Amino acid sequence: MTKALVVSGLRKVYDNQFEALKGIDFSVEQGDFFALLGPNGAGKSTTLGIVSSLVNKTDGRVSVFGHDLDTDAAAAKRSLGVVPQEFNFNMFEKVIDIVTTQAGYYGIPSSVAAERAERYLRKLGLWDKRNDAARMLSGGMKRRLMIARALVHEPKLLILDEPTAGVDIELRRSMWAFLQEINAAGTTIILTTHYLEEAESLCRNIAIIDKGQIVKDTSIKALLQELNSETFILDLAQDISELPVLSGYKARLEDAHTLIVEVEKSQGLTSLFAQLQTQQIEVVSMRNKANRLEELFVNMVEKNLEAAS
Amino acid sequence: MKAQELWVSFLTIVIKEVRRFTRIWAQTLLPPAITMTLYFIIFGNLIGSRIGEMGGFDYMEFIVPGLIMMSVITNSYGNVVSSFYSTKFQRNIEELLVSPTPNWVILSGYVVGGVSRGLAVGVIVTLLSLFFTSLQVHNLAVMVAVVVLTSTLFSLGGFINAMFANSFDDISIIPTFILTPLTYLGGVFYSIQLLPEFWQGVSQLNPILYMVNAFRYGILGVSDINIGVAFGMIVLFNIILFTVALKLLSAGKGIRH
Repeated sequence: MTKALVVSGLRKVYDNQFEALKGIDFSVEQGDFFALLGPNGAGKSTTLGIVSSLVNKTDGRVSVFGHDLDTDAAAAKRSLGVVPQEFNFNMFEKVIDIVTTQAGYYGIPSSVAAERAERYLRKLGLWDKRNDAARMLSGGMKRRLMIARALVHEPKLLILDEPTAGVDIELRRSMWAFLQEINAAGTTIILTTHYLEEAESLCRNIAIIDKGQIVKDTSIKALLQELNSETFILDLAQDISELPVLSGYKARLEDAHTLIVEVEKSQGLTSLFAQLQTQQIEVVSMRNKANRLEELFVNMVEKNLEAAS
Repeated sequence: MKAQELWVSFLTIVIKEVRRFTRIWAQTLLPPAITMTLYFIIFGNLIGSRIGEMGGFDYMEFIVPGLIMMSVITNSYGNVVSSFYSTKFQRNIEELLVSPTPNWVILSGYVVGGVSRGLAVGVIVTLLSLFFTSLQVHNLAVMVAVVVLTSTLFSLGGFINAMFANSFDDISIIPTFILTPLTYLGGVFYSIQLLPEFWQGVSQLNPILYMVNAFRYGILGVSDINIGVAFGMIVLFNIILFTVALKLLSAGKGIRH
């Protein structure tokens, strides 16, 4: 089956001679929900910028659903919908005009454009705002407007660059549900995000990019299996003054009623709770210190930093 | 893209551009109407009545074609330079860059938007001039061809200016320091026959002189220069500027990193 996206040997050197991408390769299967992760300045936005024709590449090839971006740009662009990180619509235009105008750029006749604009604005809860100027919308509404605009030509591949940045939790969850719905309906999705919980919840496959190189390209499941330990925060019923002896576990006291314990994958939690019970320490609640993927991601980036220094 | 899709895409850009300048009509259509009315009153009526004839016509009759052309030039240029630069500045040019719309359609759409405003202002100024003088049309085909080609040329100029501009200051430098002096020295208010021979030669290096005179010929039937040469110059400049603008757009000058 043709891949949704194939990136090979992609290189970008900016005018100031900064090499943002050092010849990266990765591909995305049709129907996938794919995450591109990396710290700030790693090359995520440059990669997506090249795929979306907003950044000129220095070298390499990009193919969208089998259409090469150099030789068959129109077909490649027609297969692609882009939701950029920053608002890039005309703030003085009406919401409905922004969506129908975008459809026009894809050669979609106005009657079809109007019908699709209504469908997507309704789905994204913006239909009541259709006659408002875009500048009157809240931040979350503006983000949803960019999604409606990106979907109006019904692309097979949707690229979202940090779609939920600065969006409140409730709205973020509703956007996740919407993205999962369109992915289930067959749209391939690639997203970059700083919320690693978002990648872990939504995506099946992941590429991690750092300093212009792909340092990991695998499934989320396989990646999480690499995680050897998890850190748990235990809230205690009574204050304690000394760190309890927990054989086999690395532990420390955050404060008198908060115990932080690192649990190896092979250890499990039964022995930990047995030891706490023996010492008559009652645990009220327990939670992960950080998102599992975040822990792995931080380790990976730190390792790269150490290697570089 | 298929021909039908290209047409839809082109129309989308043109409609967006026309919608833009009509929405802000108080900034785009009203000022030239007021300015040109003042020109008609002050230069045409008050001062013109003391000047007498120019090129065999009343001074008012003589300057009307030049003033119409001046407003067409400045508004065609101003529309594209401000609209395309704003699009670049607000980054909504990205809406077009991610789409399959070819560069020549993007360029043509913006240029036709600029021509639409140029012609709209031209019609308004022409109608206003009828309050001050009666206009005869010597050659309608020449008049229409010159005004459309000139408007196209300055729309292309505005597009190139916008591609190079990095700030709002940059979009006013060319109109202020190049376009306005060339227009004033392009025979709008006088016949170059009044100038010493040396300055007549220098004036012939000014491309706007050819446009103003060709347009004046279309209306009054008089011109300081050969109409064939004028048309040749205007068409040649159009081809050169279209090619340059398209090359800049393809290279992504100022719009793609």
